[in-house]
Amino acid sequence: MFEIRIHSRGGQGGVTAARLIALAAIRDGRYATAFPFYGAERRGAPVVSFVRIDDAPVKVYSQIQQPDLVFVMDMGVMDVVDVLHGLKEGGTVVTNSAHKHEFAGFRTFNIDLTGIALKEDLVVAGNPILDTAVIGALAKLGIITIESAKKAIAEMFTDERDIKTADDAFREMTV
Amino acid sequence: MPKEEFVLKGTSACPGCSASLALRYVLKAAGPDTVLIVPACCTSVVQGMYPNTAVNVPVVNVGFATAGASASGMSNALRALGKKTNVVVYAGDGGTLDIGIQALSGALERGTDFLYVCYDNEAYGNTGMQRSGGTPLGAKTTTTPLGKPEVKKDIERIVAAHEPPFMATACAAYPQDLFRKVKKALSIRGPSFIHVLAPCPPGWRYPTEKSVEIGKLAVKSGVWVLYEREYGQLAISSPSRTALKNPIPLEEYLAPQGRFAGIDPKTLDILKQRIAKNLQRLAREESGVC
Amino acid sequence: MLTVATGNKAVALAVKQAKPVVVAIYPITPQTEIVEQIAQYVSQGDLSARYIDVESEHSAMAACIGASMTGVRTFTATSSQGLLYMHEMTNWAAGARLPIVMANVNRAIGPGWNIWAEHTDAMQERDTGWLQVYVSTVQEAYDTTLMAFRIAEHNDVLLPVMVNLDGFLLSHVMQPLDTVEPADFIPPLHLPHTVDPKNPMGYGTLTGPDEYFKFRWDIERSMRDSLRVIEAAHKEFFQRFGRTYGFTEDYRCEDADVVVVSMGTLGKEVEVAVDNLRNEGIRAGSMRLRWFRPFPKLDLMNRDVVVIDRDYSFGFGGVLAHSIQAKNRTGVFSVIAGLGGQEVTYDDIAGFVKNRHIGREYWFGVSDNV
Ligand code: SF4
Repeated sequence: MFEIRIHSRGGQGGVTAARLIALAAIRDGRYATAFPFYGAERRGAPVVSFVRIDDAPVKVYSQIQQPDLVFVMDMGVMDVVDVLHGLKEGGTVVTNSAHKHEFAGFRTFNIDLTGIALKEDLVVAGNPILDTAVIGALAKLGIITIESAKKAIAEMFTDERDIKTADDAFREMTV
Repeated sequence: MPKEEFVLKGTSACPGCSASLALRYVLKAAGPDTVLIVPACCTSVVQGMYPNTAVNVPVVNVGFATAGASASGMSNALRALGKKTNVVVYAGDGGTLDIGIQALSGALERGTDFLYVCYDNEAYGNTGMQRSGGTPLGAKTTTTPLGKPEVKKDIERIVAAHEPPFMATACAAYPQDLFRKVKKALSIRGPSFIHVLAPCPPGWRYPTEKSVEIGKLAVKSGVWVLYEREYGQLAISSPSRTALKNPIPLEEYLAPQGRFAGIDPKTLDILKQRIAKNLQRLAREESGVC
Repeated sequence: MLTVATGNKAVALAVKQAKPVVVAIYPITPQTEIVEQIAQYVSQGDLSARYIDVESEHSAMAACIGASMTGVRTFTATSSQGLLYMHEMTNWAAGARLPIVMANVNRAIGPGWNIWAEHTDAMQERDTGWLQVYVSTVQEAYDTTLMAFRIAEHNDVLLPVMVNLDGFLLSHVMQPLDTVEPADFIPPLHLPHTVDPKNPMGYGTLTGPDEYFKFRWDIERSMRDSLRVIEAAHKEFFQRFGRTYGFTEDYRCEDADVVVVSMGTLGKEVEVAVDNLRNEGIRAGSMRLRWFRPFPKLDLMNRDVVVIDRDYSFGFGGVLAHSIQAKNRTGVFSVIAGLGGQEVTYDDIAGFVKNRHIGREYWFGVSDNV
C-alpha cells in the first residue's frame, strides 16, 4: 500500500488533489481511497488530506500515520504543522516551491505549482488552484500514469486549462 | 351554502363549541376533494375515536409542531401526482401561534399551495385551558389565574409579513363571511391563511348557548375585525364595516365572559387603546396610506 | 459503471436512481453534500422530484410523512442533532407505517460541538420502529440505499428504513463505485393506506388502549417479517448485480477463536487487524453487523467475543455489546472506542483482541488497563 499525505490551506485544492489522485489510480486499474481531515471548513486554515493506493481493496479508514510521501502545497503550513511527522525512512517530500528544500534522510523534490497555475490564470477567489498541477507532478514520480491523471481531470473538470496545468507540472517536475 | 355536511353527528366537541361549527363551514366551502390536516388540538379529539370518524373527508392527524410542514409534503406530493385536491390545515392557536409557528412560517415562505385555517379559542383547550400566545391581555386561564399580563401575539401581522397571496380573518358567528373567504382562498394558488375567532364556552366561561352572541359582540366591539388581504390589498369585510361605524363599548363583550371577571380598570384601558390603534392601522392600510 | 464517489455522493446517486417523488432535507454537517447533490439533480432535471426546502429537520420528517401518505416515494437525510430534533416525527413515520428512506450520517452529539463519527445519534432512534442498517464502504452505501427503498416499501414491511454511514470516515471518503441500473429492482410503491378523498378515512385518530396495542404489535410483526424481506432483497441484489450482502459481513470467522463484532467503517479496519493477528498465530475473525434493526441472530457460540461500540448508553454500557449479550446469552469483552471521531487503528484493534477480558468494559484511551 502506498500512502500519501497532502498539506494545504483551505481553498487551494488539497482535498480535490487527493480525490484526483485516487481517481487516477483507479483508472490505472488499482484500488484507492482519498479523504480529508476536516476541522471547521474555513478558507485559509491548514488542511490535511490523505490518499491510499493499493492493489487490493483499501480497508483502512484511520488517518495515515506513516506516509510514503508528503506533499506540501503551501510552504507556510510548515511553520505550524510538522509536515515530516511519521514520514517513512527514505520517504518522499514534494514541496510547492521554485527552490529546492533539503530534508535529511528523505528524497526531496520541488515544483513551482503556484507559478504554473498563475501562468494558466487558474485563480478562484484570489487563490491559485493547484490540484491538477499536483497530480501532474505525482505522475512524473510514477505514482500514477499521466494518461490516467488526465482522464481523472477530464472526469472531474471541464476547463481545458486543468489538463494543461497537469501537463505543465509533469514536464517541469525534475526527477 | 351547500346542504352537504362533512362534519357528521357524533363529534365529541363541548356543547356550544364554535370551533366545530367553523369546521362545518370550512368543509362545506372546501368540498369533498379535500384533505384535512390536523395537528394536536381540540379537533384531534372532536373528530371521534378510532375506528370511527365524524368527518367525511380524509383527516390526517399530524404532530403538534408540524401542520405547515406536513401540509407542504402533502401538497407537493399531490401536485406532483397532478391532483388538485385541497390541502387544508385546521389548527388551534397553540399549534399555530406557539409550537407550530416555525413550520407555518416555513410553509408560507416556500409558497406551499394550501390553506391554513387557525381557529383561535385563545388558550390550550384540549389540555384544559392554559394560557397560549393567543390568550388576550387580562384573560384568566388555568396558568394565568390573575389574568394574562401580556398582550395577544399578533399572528396576522406575522403571517402578513410573509406576503401570502390571500389572508383573512373570520369568526364562527359569521358563517357566510367564513364560507366566502374559504372559497376565495382555495381559488388562489399558493399559501393562504384564515384566522378564525372561535369562542369557547368552557374556556371563556360563558353559557353554552351564547357562542354566536359572543362572536358577534367581538366583532361589534372591534376586538375582532373581519377583513381580507388579497395580494397585499386590505379590505374590511362588511360585518365589521357596518359594526365599526358605531361600535359597542368593549365592556359589553367582556362582561358575559368569566375569564375577564374582575378585570382591573388599567388593563381595560390598555385593551381599549390597543383596539383603537389596531382599527386606525387597518383603516390606514385599507386606504393605502401606510 | 466504475466511477468514484464519496459516501454522500453515492447515497445521492442511489436516491436519484430510486426516483422519489418528494424529497425534504435540511442541511447539517456532515450530511450536507447529500442535500446539495440532490438539490442539484432536481434543478438540472436529472431527478423529477419535488424538492422541499424545509426550515428544520422536524419539518423535513413531517413533510416526508405528509407526502408519503399520498402513496409516493420519499427520501430525507440528516445527522446527529438533526436526527434528534426530528425524533418525535421518526416515531410518527413508523407508527403511520410509511416507507420513508433516510440516510443518517452518524455524528456525535453536543456539547461540545463535535462533527465527527459516532453512532449514539442513531442508537437513540433504535426503539422507534425504523429499520436500521450500517454500511462500511461507498459501494455498500450506494447498494444499501437502493435496497432500502425495496425493503421499506415491501407490503410485508411498510416501515421506514435508516441507512447509517459514518460521518467523514465514509461520508467524505472517496472510493471506487460501481453503479448499476436498478430498473424494477425497486418495484412501484403501492401504499395500501394512501389518503384518498374518494374514500375518506381518519388517519392517526384518537385510539383506545386495545386498538393501540394491536397497532404496536403490528409494527413488531412487520419488523420480524422484514428479516425475510431483507434476505430476499440481498439475494435478488446478488442475482442482478453480483454483489453479496448479509445481515452481517463475516470475515475469517469459520475457525476463529475470537470474533470482533463492530458496525460501520470500523468493521473494515477490523478485517485488517484480523489479517495481522492471524499472521501472529491468533485465530481472529470479524463480524461486522449491518442490520441493527431488526436485530439478526448471530452465530457466536463457543468463542470469545470482542464488541466495539462507537456509542454508549450512560449508566448501562455499550449498546451493541449489551444487545449481543442479551440476544446470545454470551459474555463479551466490551470496548468503547471511536466516540466523537476518535482515531481507532487496526493496531489498536489488534490490541483489544490480545488484551481481551471477557465480562469487562474498556474505554479506549481512557481506562488505565483492561
Ligand atoms: S374546549 Fe372550546 S374549542 Fe375545544 S372543543 Fe370545547 S368548546 Fe370547542
